[in-house]
Amino acid sequence: MRGFGVLFRREFALAWGRGGGPLLALAFYACVVTLLPLAAGRAPERLASLAPGIAWLALALAALLSLERLFERDFEDGALDLLALGPAPLEAVAAAKCLAHWLAAGAPLALAAPIAAVALGASPATMPLLFVCALAGGLAFSFLGGLGAALSLGSKRGGLLVAVIVLPLYAPPVIFGAGALDALAGGLPWTGGLLFLLAYSAAAIALSPLAMAAACRNALD
Amino acid sequence: MMRAVRIKGLSLSRGERTLFSGLDLDLESGDAVALLGRNGAGKTSLLRAVAGLLRPQAGTIGFEGSEGRILEAEVARADHLHLAGHHDGLKTARTAWEELLFQTRWTGGSEASARAAVERLELGRLLDLEVRRLSAGQRRRVSLARLLASPRPLWLLDEPMAPLDAAHRAAFGAILAQHLAGGGMVLAAVHDPLPVPARLVEVGA
Repeated sequence: MRGFGVLFRREFALAWGRGGGPLLALAFYACVVTLLPLAAGRAPERLASLAPGIAWLALALAALLSLERLFERDFEDGALDLLALGPAPLEAVAAAKCLAHWLAAGAPLALAAPIAAVALGASPATMPLLFVCALAGGLAFSFLGGLGAALSLGSKRGGLLVAVIVLPLYAPPVIFGAGALDALAGGLPWTGGLLFLLAYSAAAIALSPLAMAAACRNALD
Repeated sequence: MMRAVRIKGLSLSRGERTLFSGLDLDLESGDAVALLGRNGAGKTSLLRAVAGLLRPQAGTIGFEGSEGRILEAEVARADHLHLAGHHDGLKTARTAWEELLFQTRWTGGSEASARAAVERLELGRLLDLEVRRLSAGQRRRVSLARLLASPRPLWLLDEPMAPLDAAHRAAFGAILAQHLAGGGMVLAAVHDPLPVPARLVEVGA
């Protein structure tokens, strides 16, 4: 598609460079994971049972924090006008922004998630599945987070609003991913949960750009 | 190639307030129109409506290609017009050249055409600076460079010269004259007169 590549490269450069980019998201992630033993107690067996779930939940929160201003900056400095008048439709613009965010912040977090889980005492056998879940779930987190960011355009206290809009939408992928990880740890069939997670991510990628574009048009009007 | 813009019976409102109604305006190839009016009269809103960013309350905005053929509004807006507003859309943490190159490519130009625009607007010394280090006038020149770097027939300009100094205003006048001589169109919201002969249209009178 015309213009998509140009825009994607720029969005990736912005997402990678913005306030430390992936490093900052990783640092936040490390902080949450480190706080857990302080809050939940140090008993190794309890930590081990919580580990995959916490690694997974912290991922959703880290994604959310870095997404809050995905459209706000462009809206404030006028870049959104320019993006709306380009060769690609706003739907493609929104998809490019979310995809770039996922590659710059979501993918590094997906790499860190299995390491964090194992550090908390999860069995190393869960690492590959956690990585795949984090990668696929991260896509859903990026696209749905982008939807929240677009809907909150122009509102004061946008950050809280984004969280309130987005966290309910994060519930299904969190449930599916945690279910698959639980099943794997318990020696049960786990492919069902993973497939549901993949399906949810695919639906988010297909549908949320339409809503993001509509929200941006509404904010510009 | 867009040859004409036809605005018929246009009404715009912001919230409850009607800015103006029943505005008719024809713009032909080679025309420059200066929109006048007090602050808040709706000059910027008119430009944004032509660009398709605002939905009109009533009336139509049509675009014509060569020989009077109707140009689809979506095509016209994606390929045939530039909107240069108050906000330049430049990211403060990136260098002037990175941003200019992106804006040029996004609107259909090439690296070579961006280089040519840099020559013409004497931006060479600014290219490696972060946008945050540029003055208001320098930023404006960087954002106007895409008008030259990716040629499009209709220029919608919102106070284009406000931050420019006298020398650069004269240079920009020459650029406008060249654009019009080449069959382009200019619709500009201004408080100071445009540096080229232009039809004056009062908005919201």
